[in-house]
Amino acid sequence: MEYKDYYSVLGVARSASAEEIKKAFRKAARKYHPDINQEKDAEVRFKDVNEAYEVLKDPERRAAYDRLGNASPDGAQGQGRYQPPPDWDQRHSFSGAGPDGNEHFSDFFETLFRRGAGGEGSRRHAPPTDSHGRIEITIEESYNGAERTLSLREPVMDPNGTISMKDRNILVHVPKGVVQGQSIRLSGQGGSGGDLFLEITFAAHPVFHLAGKDLYVDLPITPWEAALGGKVVMPTPSGRVDLNIPSNARTGQKLRLNGKGLPGKPAGNIYATLKIVNPKVETDDQRALFKRMVKEMPFDPRAHLGGDQK
Amino acid sequence: MKKTISRSDVVDALSLSELCQFCQADEAWVIELVEHGVLDPQGHTVETWRFVGVGISRAKKARRLNRDLGVNIAGIALVLDLLEERESIMPRLAKHEVM
Repeated sequence: MEYKDYYSVLGVARSASAEEIKKAFRKAARKYHPDINQEKDAEVRFKDVNEAYEVLKDPERRAAYDRLGNASPDGAQGQGRYQPPPDWDQRHSFSGAGPDGNEHFSDFFETLFRRGAGGEGSRRHAPPTDSHGRIEITIEESYNGAERTLSLREPVMDPNGTISMKDRNILVHVPKGVVQGQSIRLSGQGGSGGDLFLEITFAAHPVFHLAGKDLYVDLPITPWEAALGGKVVMPTPSGRVDLNIPSNARTGQKLRLNGKGLPGKPAGNIYATLKIVNPKVETDDQRALFKRMVKEMPFDPRAHLGGDQK
Repeated sequence: MKKTISRSDVVDALSLSELCQFCQADEAWVIELVEHGVLDPQGHTVETWRFVGVGISRAKKARRLNRDLGVNIAGIALVLDLLEERESIMPRLAKHEVM
């Protein structure tokens, strides 16, 4: 397993006071809170920060960790092959870690600080507890519904009291039409037969932007499509649709496709914002076409700016 | 590795006590969220309250902010409003950055 440098996670010196550690933790927790920070790695950083604080805030655990740190060979660090020293005292059975109570930290933490406490073994007779997690899905998966395999890492205690991390795979059915922030319940998949709740988040989509059940998209059109109007073909997550462009369409004009957003009762809409894109003019014939427009279409887009345009 | 197939359903239309269990919060705290306008349940009495849609995810978010950062209810109301404002601004900003 990987050695965790809890001091560097919180950005404090090994000699930091309890007060400094608390301050650093609060600052980092605000910064990396996954509800506030939208960076991809925020959730992982937030968990690291909580894990570090869980150890360093407790004088007994901190002392145990410090002794361990001094004994750790440099070569083993960061290579994912850290082994606790043979004299690591099993009496350090800490319990009740994590803001969630049932949250699992790194292998490093689970092995060193949760030995003999918590874990599946001691929970066997515990009352059912609900577990909470997140699942990231795509817009397409919400349109069509999906089956996803979710891998959960859980600490499991064998009869000798040794904790090891075990993977458990769950097949999750993602219902059609789920939206950002909604939770799905998997009965009996939580701790000791409780429920597992998964909060839906959406992976960023290269084309569509989601707001609730509605999808937003920028739709590029040619100047002649904008001028003359007519049908253009637009891809949507549920297939191609014909979209009617009104004549004399403007950039920024919004067109609504009723019921083409995420499915449901009622289904969402797709809002296409028109964006007129000019072709690259390369041949003499093409240039001639534009020169004709100069002559035949008196048009001054800068008229409203004022000043003398002559 | 063991593979289990599980029934899954969307969490929606929760009563006050169901929401409390879902958020691991107590009733007085959720009632205060309603009083601050963070949550807007359907139904006119506490007994008939039904929390639906985004109200549920807002409650969960509120609970996390309270539990993880120690934010009080007035602070939560403010943070959630600002987060929603940011949500609506981000795509517009992204549009300008591409151009």
